[in-house]
Order: sequence, then structure tokens, then C-alpha cells
Amino acid sequence: MKRIKTIETRDLKKTVKTGGCGECQTSCQSACKTSCGVANQQCEKCSEK
Amino acid sequence: MIHQYKLNGYNIVLDPASGSVHSVDDLAYDIIELFPDHKREEITALMLEKYGSDSEITEQEIIDCIDDVEELKAQGKLFSEDKYENIAFDFKKRNTVVKALCLHIAHTCNLNCEYCFASQGKYHGERALMSFEVGKRAIDFLIENSGSRVNLEVDFFGGEPLMNFDVVKQIVAYARSIEKQHNKNFRFTLTTNGMLVDDDVIEFANKECHNVVLSLDGRKEVHDRLRKTINGKGSYDIIVPKFQDFVKKRGNRGYYVRGTFTHNNTDFTNDIFHMADLGFTELSMEPVVCDPSDPYALTYDDLPVLFEQYEILAKDMLRREKEGKPITFYHYMIDLTAGPCIYKRVSGCGSGTEYMAVTPWGELFPCHQFVGEPKYSLGNIFDGVTNTEVQNEFKLCNAYAREDCKDCWAKLYCSGGCAANSYHATGSVTGVYKYGCELFKKRIECAIMMKVAQSEEQ
Repeated sequence: MKRIKTIETRDLKKTVKTGGCGECQTSCQSACKTSCGVANQQCEKCSEK
Repeated sequence: MIHQYKLNGYNIVLDPASGSVHSVDDLAYDIIELFPDHKREEITALMLEKYGSDSEITEQEIIDCIDDVEELKAQGKLFSEDKYENIAFDFKKRNTVVKALCLHIAHTCNLNCEYCFASQGKYHGERALMSFEVGKRAIDFLIENSGSRVNLEVDFFGGEPLMNFDVVKQIVAYARSIEKQHNKNFRFTLTTNGMLVDDDVIEFANKECHNVVLSLDGRKEVHDRLRKTINGKGSYDIIVPKFQDFVKKRGNRGYYVRGTFTHNNTDFTNDIFHMADLGFTELSMEPVVCDPSDPYALTYDDLPVLFEQYEILAKDMLRREKEGKPITFYHYMIDLTAGPCIYKRVSGCGSGTEYMAVTPWGELFPCHQFVGEPKYSLGNIFDGVTNTEVQNEFKLCNAYAREDCKDCWAKLYCSGGCAANSYHATGSVTGVYKYGCELFKKRIECAIMMKVAQSEEQ
């Protein structure tokens, strides 16, 4: 596409079937402790690959 | 729903339901904005009117671009429908396992930081140290309640956990002695103010701790203003050399130098840059959590300044990366290809269900920020969770629990936000801490802009 560049991302809709293993870190555990979100968490399964 | 914004010369379009990110030119940006409420012919006419003087933008170019937008829509990468709410509904009935505990090893501190949400480590209660017996039982409780989950996280927190370092070591030794037989892998984090860091602590943490969080607010005058010793003197000169030694010896193991910014240093980017000048590269800087009446509380007038600061930081991080001297900022870490799945994004941080805080006496709270709030006591590590009413309240805390979040583009990035922030701002864990939302959205915009910039570089 000439005017639109799509960045490679994980398709969230597909993760309805593939996600939910629960092995990921709890969000507040690492560094924030006071203002957590989930966006900067990593998928444990993906990082194993 | 989509979200579009312009930042650092990039036109960015997010499709939150699919997680897609697009970098577009001005024409495509305008077309996407008009697309939901206008017919093709109307969009073409409006674009011809706007770009008519640009010889490179012909009617055919506009039509082609509209076709591209339609194609992305058909592919589910633009204007995709959010159909995840039924997952949130199922979450009410889910069986959760405990996967992380925050152990309040010491409800006491050797610093007297003015802004401390834990009221100088005491959490509005008595000073206390956790005994090994309580810590050991906490490890057993975690294993017993973790189901088939392998990786278990334990954070040594306080107060200042190194004021009870012997017990920290004993708990780690105990957990290591039984993890294999239970098919578990413990990941320990130590959060410290640095005052008691010495060679023994460094050697232990570098052997046993997956992560260490080192509290430093940045520039000496900023740090010393609020992070004072019991005698009222600044702690910067004591802790900085210790942290530098700690990080140097840590090699490639995880750490964060973590600061808090307040109304006193709304130019907090200078504190992050100061941390970088000290040789630290893994950085986190958090907005202060306090009563709005506190003199250092952030104000609504601060917001435009803070937004600008986040932009300055993102741009400077890109510059540093180009120069081969990158730094990491916790809130800008976003992995677009290997980030959290939809279940994680909907369910949120896990406080009160997957994550709990344990007091020195073994009492359980939904997270460290609820310790000291009697009505949020969940039970204890000996009898388990007995206050299921409060636990269910936290189970329902998710990206779809708040009416205000329904139309927000960021809800699958924040999961509805921090329950403790919501509680302290509104009196309800399912309230909305709007100030925090504003900062969060800005950070996500910056983080994604950096990803776009990096992809343009490739």
C-alpha cells in the first residue's frame, strides 16, 4: 500500500484461541508498583520461542 | 473503534481490537478519519477540495487510498469490532491460581521519604519484621495455590526489605530447596532503597534474584528533597555509589532503577537523563501516588508539561538508540509482536486473585497498595482467602468493568487501570482515576510512536 504502512503486530483476535496459558508475569511485579498496565508485559510463550 | 494521532512527524492509526498499528501519510490519515461517517464519493470530494492544489494527489490516488482502507477493514486490521466483552463475562467464573506474592518482609524503613505511600514503611500500622516461619508458610501457600503454573514470582518488598535480610536469605533457600520437587521455578525480585546494599547483598541478589528494583529519584537535589534519612539528610550520596557497584556486578541480569516524580520535578525527563548519565540503562519513573492535598501532588495544570516530557523522553531515546547508547524506560517497553494475549489484556494485573501482598503477620491483601486498608483484608496464608466477597470484586476488575472505559481506545493496553489508583481516587476499585488515564494514554502513544519510528528506520 502506497500511503499506509502496517507495522507487524500480534493479532489479538487470534489469541482468543491461542492465548490464556497464564504463565505471564503479573503486571505490577517488576518495576512500576504504583501505576500498572498490561501493554508492556511479555507473553511467556512467545518469548520462549 | 480506532485511535489516530500525530507525534514526532508520524501519523499513527491504531486499531485496538486487533492490535494493529499503521503509519500513514496525510491523505490516508484524513481518509481514515472520514471513513466511518462518509460515503466514498463524499470522501473523494472532500479530499479533492483539501489536496486539489497538490499535483501528486489525483482523484485516482484518493480512490486507491480509500480502496486500501477498505481492504484493511476487510482484513480485520482497521475498524475491527471489539467482541471481547464476553471473555470478560467468562472471567467472572474463572478459576484463578496464585502466581505471585509480594512479601512485606519489613514494615519499617531506614529512610523517611515524605511521599511514601506506605507511610515510611509502616503502612499506617505498627513497625514489624516478617519471621522466617511466616515467609516459609507464604512460599508453601504460593505453591499450594499455584496449580500447574511453573513460574512463580516473589517480590521482597517493604518498607525496606534489607532491614530483614537474613529472613530474605532463609526464605529463598527454603523455596529453592523445594521448587524442583513441585515443578516450580521461583523468580525473586528485591526492591530496595539502597541504604544497606553491600557486597553480601550484591552477591546474593546476583545469584538469586531475577530482578532488582533500585529506588532513585534522579538528580541529587530532587532525590534528597523527599528521600531523606531518619536524621533528615539526603540519601543520594550514600546510595548512588552502591547502586553503581550493584549494577556493574549484575552483568546482564535484570534490574530497574526506579524513581518517583512529583509536582516538584515535572521536568522529570532530566532525572531520567541523570540516571543515564550515572551509567544506568534500565529505568522506570512513576508519577507520585498521594493525596491531592499534599504539596507535591501532581496537578491538572502539570498535565501539558508532563505530556511534553514524555514526548521529549521518547524522542531522546530514539536518538540514543541511533547513537548506539540505548536506554530502556519501563513504560515504553512494548512488544507489538510478542506482547500479552487478549486474556491478559482483558483480565488486568491480577491483583487480589493471581497476585497478593503478604504482611509481616501473614495477612493477605489484594496488592501492596491495599495493605493497611482493613476492609480489603482477604484472609491469611494459614487459612487462605476467606474474604471471597472482596476477592470477587477484584475478579470482576477488568477492561470492561468500568462504564467510562467502554469507549476508550486504550482499555486493551491498560485493562481498565490500577485498582489501587482507582480506589484511592474514587473510593471504588472499579472507579476511574482519570489523571492516571491521561498519563497512561500519553505513554502508550509515545511507546507506539517509537515502534513506528524504529520500523521506518529498518
